[in-house]
Amino acid sequence: MIEENFDAIVVGAGMSGNAAAYTMASHGLKVLQLERGEYPGSKNVQGAIMYANMLEKIIPDFRDDAPLERHLVEQRLWVMDDTSHTGIHYRSDDFNEAKPNRYTIIRAQFDKWFSRKVREAGATVLCETTVTELIRDAKDRVIGVRTDRAGGAIYADVVVLAEGVCGLLGTRAGLRQMPKPQTVALAVKEMHFLPEEVIEQRFGLKGDEGCVIEAVGTTSRSMAGLGFLYTNKESISLGIGCLVSDFAAMVESPYVLLDALKSHPSIRPLIAGSEVKEYSAHLIPEGGYKAIPQLFGDGWVVVGDAAQLNNAIHREGSNLAMTSGRIAAEAIIEVNSRNAPMTKRNLALYKAMLDKSFVVKDLKKYKDMPALLHTNSCNYFTTYPRLMSQAAQNFMRVDGTPKIEKEKATTAAFIKARSRWGLLSDAVRLALAWR
Amino acid sequence: MSTANRETPRPAAGRAGIKKELPAHFKDYRHVWVFIELERGQVHPVSFELLGEGRKLADKLEVQLAGVVLGPPGEAVGNAVAEAFAYGADLVYIAEAPLLADYRNEPFTKAMTDLVDTHKPEILLLGATTLGRDLAGSVATTLQTGLTADCTELDVDTDSSLAATRPTFGGSLLCTIYTLNFRPQMATVRPRVMPMPQRTDKPVGRVIRHKLSLAEDEIATKVLGFLPDNQSAKANLAYADVVVAGGLGLGAAENLQLVKNLARAIGAEHGCSRPLVQKSWMPADRQIGQTGKTIRPKLYIAAGISGAVQHRVGVEGADLIVAINTDPNAPIFDFAHLGIVTDAIRFLPALTEAFTRRLSPHSRDKLAS
Amino acid sequence: MHIVICIKQVPDSAQIRVHPVTNTIMRQGVPTIINPYDLFALEEALRLRDAYGGEVTVLTMGPPMAEDALRKALGYGADRAVLLTDRYFAGSDTLATSFALSQAIAKVGETFGTPDLVFTGKQTIDGDTAQVGPGIAKRLGLLQLTYVAKIPSIDLAAGEIKVERRSEGGTQMLKSRLPCLITMLEGTNEIRRGSIHDALCAARSQVLKWSAADAGIEDLTKCGLRGSPTVVKRVFAPAARAQKAALIDTAEKALRDVADELITAIFTRQPALEHELAFNGGA
Ligand SMILES: Cc1cc2nc3c(=O)[nH]c(=O)nc-3n(C[C@H](O)[C@H](O)[C@H](O)COP(=O)(O)OP(=O)(O)OC[C@H]3O[C@@H](n4cnc5c(N)ncnc54)[C@H](O)[C@@H]3O)c2cc1C
Ligand SMILES: Cc1cc2nc3c(=O)[nH]c(=O)nc-3n(C[C@H](O)[C@H](O)[C@H](O)COP(=O)(O)OP(=O)(O)OC[C@H]3O[C@@H](n4cnc5c(N)ncnc54)[C@H](O)[C@@H]3O)c2cc1C
Ligand SMILES: Nc1ncnc2c1ncn2[C@@H]1O[C@H](COP(=O)(O)O)[C@@H](O)[C@H]1O
Repeated sequence: MIEENFDAIVVGAGMSGNAAAYTMASHGLKVLQLERGEYPGSKNVQGAIMYANMLEKIIPDFRDDAPLERHLVEQRLWVMDDTSHTGIHYRSDDFNEAKPNRYTIIRAQFDKWFSRKVREAGATVLCETTVTELIRDAKDRVIGVRTDRAGGAIYADVVVLAEGVCGLLGTRAGLRQMPKPQTVALAVKEMHFLPEEVIEQRFGLKGDEGCVIEAVGTTSRSMAGLGFLYTNKESISLGIGCLVSDFAAMVESPYVLLDALKSHPSIRPLIAGSEVKEYSAHLIPEGGYKAIPQLFGDGWVVVGDAAQLNNAIHREGSNLAMTSGRIAAEAIIEVNSRNAPMTKRNLALYKAMLDKSFVVKDLKKYKDMPALLHTNSCNYFTTYPRLMSQAAQNFMRVDGTPKIEKEKATTAAFIKARSRWGLLSDAVRLALAWR
Repeated sequence: MSTANRETPRPAAGRAGIKKELPAHFKDYRHVWVFIELERGQVHPVSFELLGEGRKLADKLEVQLAGVVLGPPGEAVGNAVAEAFAYGADLVYIAEAPLLADYRNEPFTKAMTDLVDTHKPEILLLGATTLGRDLAGSVATTLQTGLTADCTELDVDTDSSLAATRPTFGGSLLCTIYTLNFRPQMATVRPRVMPMPQRTDKPVGRVIRHKLSLAEDEIATKVLGFLPDNQSAKANLAYADVVVAGGLGLGAAENLQLVKNLARAIGAEHGCSRPLVQKSWMPADRQIGQTGKTIRPKLYIAAGISGAVQHRVGVEGADLIVAINTDPNAPIFDFAHLGIVTDAIRFLPALTEAFTRRLSPHSRDKLAS
Repeated sequence: MHIVICIKQVPDSAQIRVHPVTNTIMRQGVPTIINPYDLFALEEALRLRDAYGGEVTVLTMGPPMAEDALRKALGYGADRAVLLTDRYFAGSDTLATSFALSQAIAKVGETFGTPDLVFTGKQTIDGDTAQVGPGIAKRLGLLQLTYVAKIPSIDLAAGEIKVERRSEGGTQMLKSRLPCLITMLEGTNEIRRGSIHDALCAARSQVLKWSAADAGIEDLTKCGLRGSPTVVKRVFAPAARAQKAALIDTAEKALRDVADELITAIFTRQPALEHELAFNGGA
């Protein structure tokens, strides 16, 4: 058969792969994108919130036809104990702007749309095709890939690895290590279908407005984890994620946690009467800055989750994925335009550009958070939520106890639980890690 | 923004309300016809089920019920005619010709369309067998009329038109379909969906013969041979009185032996849900459900079957459904009559044993005394 | 040899949900697939092409997104794809569908060579009628061979085909003439996985999009709702059975006792069964 040669092969059609393939193809590069799923998005699980700004940088007029569910006007942050939640709600009509900032999306649909854009930009996209191997030449440069289809190898000047969190291809090729259990979270999620009107009524929404709840607390059974609830048009995504190492240590099954979350008195009424469909589980890289592997080499770059580019603290992943994909593509376009080879030296441009972007800057800011939350998870995820709940209840309940005594009791409870020194050190450590 | 993703399967409004006057040339189309499916000397039982149903429609419309028998000259056609009367036909149309010996689409379509054009029935019912569906499709197209497949319910509307109800989207919904402005109104019905009517010995009534004007050399398709299904492997599921079936919950192919053991102990046929056929744990003719057999036994025992709607539509006609499933929330408990929440792999042997005990000659004597 | 194969894109009915209030189909998130029965026909068509030479044209009538199904078919190795799409086709029943498809097949024949064989699947999983195939055959004046399990031989020079056809209680061996229409039985083969070359070709080839006019359809009264003699008057959810199953308590009981209790419950509800079963089995 005819030998095929491409400027670039992109492995994976998730957020990062699509961003990279789209950017390169629309600059005229000959791009082949390979996706193992039946269609782009078929294997992708995401909560999911999509950040407009990062997509605008790639497809400015995406709002014209992207399948967006709701734009977010309200965010609730909850700290939960077993029967209550204490929360901060922020809602503003400012979010009803002409070009809203955040949307909920359903990945299966969104990825399909994104992929169509990639195809329209001129890339060749093959689904149901798993890349099984990177091909290297005598000098160990990556020069192409082999797939699970009959018919041999395909060659390219550069391979963009956008294969997601497990990144088997790259790890098998020795480009980086498998993510460790303490640096990946396992998130389980269900889609709860409800009529549009019911969702709008329960969350006080109208039209395309949407609401998000993110919750920490005893629901994660002392593990570092987070529950989330996102409103879509006709469904609610509800899920919870915790570090894989914690699941292993606690011998908890994620499903038990999700069940507990669903039956929590603050969540139950929100999903009552829904029809559950699509139970799914997926990994999220949470190692942060310290877990970022080597990002480029001779004939290859790695982007998105595969490169551990995920901001667990802010629940941001897809925007880092899109941005890293775009930047990698821009670096490749730059090298290509100079007619220079895709060597490690030349591709270092990608890392240089990425370092200057919010992607690496944000991850650097929180570099100590993963470790802190991990080692101190019992306090942050159980003790404090319980204390906060007690404090709040103490404050709300009007029972004739003098206010001064109530405050004293609350303070005493905190000190009893964590000691003065403990409280101070928790606060300081959190502040330092946050800084 | 996201596309509004709600759809009705077909725009139910729109034309639904419109009821134009039936064109004049269709006004003299009268009576209900049932195609009596005769293949290799045997009448397919679905034909009798249809006669039972056709009788009800004809009575409501105050018209006659006719059977249509197509076949080679000989005894078989005579028997089929007699049976048609025994199951309720008022008259029978016959086309007898050697070239109708084996089923072939061309001569059968010709015979049937000629008969319809000559005698003008308002309703024509066929069994949804391989033969019936093959024939119905080309007859309806030749006649340019509507055909509703795989109906589960037939009725006559206040305006005398046929209301044919059938499952759609795999049984998640039902829809009622009308053939407006065209005649005959055609429908196929699967075997075992309608109950078998009572047979009463009746003399042969009025018979109208039709001469098929077609010669063998005008027919391109020739039958070279016929290979009957191996009798021992042939599952007579659809007509079994008692059926025991296993599903994925049985876990492994070898556990199907437990189902077969129980079936043998009580003289039942055994069947399965679709995934077992897909895994080649059982042959395809044992599959029960939308894309398998419809059954109508007196007793149906389902072990390790979740009761998906595609399975449900195939068993709903059973008189008594017993479900054995470990999951108390399994949908099968929504339509079973008796349920046991337990491990079928452990329970089936116990049930087989208990049945054997109960049905042993010894206890039978007790029963008699 | 030129083979035309009709495929349909259908919602994966295993994943369909019904809106609890409005009783309409909720397709959000429900993936669409190639009607599984059509894949057997497609593979058979590809197999014959590989054996006898020639081309395979895939044809579908449907909304623009049905292009996905055609692209897939190209990925399996089909040579050409035609999407018949026009708002005039909306609401077609089987008679109108077979009309439009037969017109398009005639046009395909004019443009790319008269087909020797037309394939359809046995039936669809949404329409589930098994009527469209016979309908097309009749309209094109083709011989019709349904429920075909095997095609042992084709003699192109003599224009002859031998097939094994599933019929009630057995298999018919038939000899017939080309051109003809075949509806393929399930389980007869397994769809291939196209090579990387097939996949690349598929990704690059154009799906031809034909409107009614492109397909040479002049009589629009035979299309869509207007050309459909059948009308859906009512769509409704199956009535739920009033009672859920009566559960037999298993707690703290020997399986043996539970079994006895079940048998008693069965015979209480169906007294006649006891004698019948004793007669059938039990010995
Ligand atoms: C439950 C959950 C909720 C989340 N919520 C949010 C959120 O609200 N907002 C947010 O910004 N981020 C969120 N994220 C993170 C976000 O989903 C990821 O960061 C983002 O999808 C990463 O994109 P990616 O392209 O790197 O990887 P992916 O989207 O995982 O894509 C990788 C693709 O590569 C394909 N692939 C893998 N290996 C091969 C191979 N060998 N050959 C061919 N194809 C291959 C896969 O099939 C897949 O399609 C969430 C994640 C989870 C699990
Ligand atoms: C187009 C189409 C057509 C179809 N046609 C048919 C059809 O004709 N017939 C058909 O059957 N299906 C059909 N299906 C498939 C159908 O949707 C279901 O997938 C199928 O019926 C499920 O089979 P199951 O109940 O055996 O398996 P599952 O759904 O996996 O259920 C297994 C059940 O066993 C229970 N179980 C597990 N372990 C045990 C144990 N030890 N003891 C007791 N119970 C246990 C589980 O709780 C579960 O309820 C069709 C699907 C499609 C899409
Ligand atoms: N819209 C369509 N486009 C192409 N082929 C179709 C279409 N509808 C039905 N068919 C073909 O006709 C067969 C029988 O369909 P049905 O009569 O709907 O069960 C299918 O297996 C397809 O091969």
